[in-house]
Amino acid sequence: MITLRNIYKSFGSQKVLDGLDLDIPRGKITAIIGPSGEGKSVLLKHLIGLLQPDSGTVQVEGESILNVGRGELNRIREKFGMLFQNVALFDSMTVFENVAFPLQEKTPLDKDEIRSRVLSALEDVGLKNIEQKYPDELSGGMKKRVGLARAVVLEPKIILFDEPTTGLDPIIKRAIHQLIIDTHLKFGFTAVIVSHEIPDIFDVAQNVAMLFRGKILQHGTPDEIRNSDDPAIRQFISGSLDGPIQMI
Amino acid sequence: MVRVLGRTTITIVQDLGKTGWFLAYSFYMMFRHPGSLLHILKQMRFIGTKSLFVIVLTAGFTGMVLGLQGYYTLAKFGSEGMLGTAVALSLIRELGPVLAALMVTGRAGSAITAEIGIMRITEQIDALETMALDPFKYLVTPKFVAAMISLPLLCAIFDVIGIYGGWLVGVKLLGVNPGAYFYEMEKAVVWRDVFSGFAKSFSFGIIIAWIGCYKGYYAGHGAEGVSKATTESVVLTSVIILVWDYFLTSVLL
Repeated sequence: MITLRNIYKSFGSQKVLDGLDLDIPRGKITAIIGPSGEGKSVLLKHLIGLLQPDSGTVQVEGESILNVGRGELNRIREKFGMLFQNVALFDSMTVFENVAFPLQEKTPLDKDEIRSRVLSALEDVGLKNIEQKYPDELSGGMKKRVGLARAVVLEPKIILFDEPTTGLDPIIKRAIHQLIIDTHLKFGFTAVIVSHEIPDIFDVAQNVAMLFRGKILQHGTPDEIRNSDDPAIRQFISGSLDGPIQMI
Repeated sequence: MVRVLGRTTITIVQDLGKTGWFLAYSFYMMFRHPGSLLHILKQMRFIGTKSLFVIVLTAGFTGMVLGLQGYYTLAKFGSEGMLGTAVALSLIRELGPVLAALMVTGRAGSAITAEIGIMRITEQIDALETMALDPFKYLVTPKFVAAMISLPLLCAIFDVIGIYGGWLVGVKLLGVNPGAYFYEMEKAVVWRDVFSGFAKSFSFGIIIAWIGCYKGYYAGHGAEGVSKATTESVVLTSVIILVWDYFLTSVLL
């Protein structure tokens, strides 16, 4: 369980998170939806301590990740894997080296074991014979898959996905969503997905939280969100230009 | 007006604090996790070996210019025989460490900033953090160790090539006695001169790695942010090297 309480975060005069509360249940896929620029990625970075709130508390399985030493924070971070919006593969390393890197640094496995784990992780995401390629030789969808393989290779308890399907065509998008579902079934991790893929995300997530004006407007099952009476949620799902969500 | 002045002062003090913290943490990490030998060797190849060509080229011509200028100055006093001493002392005490450091700043310091800056804006540094790995261990400390080892070695090469550049012009072109060129040099140059040159190079290595890594680590947004960080890195490193050189010379003289 990840718990956020009363989170405030501003960048200069711009208020991004404004007294946000959220409970992310263990072992489930939770999607955070909301209009662009509302701070979904900022919220995600708070979960893993890449950003610190101005005030509020963040607890991961009962342990606070705020005001702790680097060693303690790293111990908590070992529970996490993360797929970044732009994937963030190490561009001077091959695909194999990218996926092998966390294993080399965080486990005592020997070369053969690492090789077999890497190949197995790549196979799980549907990639074969690309181990020696560099990230800039891959398509957007392939990069996302490699990023996913790197995120799951240490079999973390929690995986954060920052807009995993942005910029991909509908078929690749569906494939990535299916991969998230499949890997979740296989490893049973807690997943937090930041997304504005409506309505696809309702088929992936078991919980959906709508972020708007720095707060969680509603948190519930996909059906509850789909049938919400809240005008902002209705506007966001329908994609209507009229409503409380203003395009500037 | 007062508000702008106050805000600027606070920003400068904050930046200085951040820069100082970066250096202190880099040293802390250097003793705790000096980085793998492979990482350090890779960085030594990049900072040291790949700078050899530009070092040899600039050292050769610097020595030749010193030979030329020194000869015409000394000839006015009938002391052409002291040319070797003049060239060697200028190079070993001053020009070798400073020019080698400035060349490495332009070639490797800028590349260090660009490399780390691009990793920052493409979230590769964040990726390291999410893997519970300290980015300093992989990106910063190997560069510090490599620069601290490479710069004195490059300086030594600069000195030797420069001395032979001066010899080429002074002895081969202008007819200075070859025996006098090296004999007077051997008499005048003492271990303290060599030590002060190496001490300077060593500290310049720290400055190059420090500012190069710092500017990249805190690069702004997008390509423009990296470009600005790279320019600032080269300018700031060069200025700090020259200012630090003055203070170090006044202590070591």
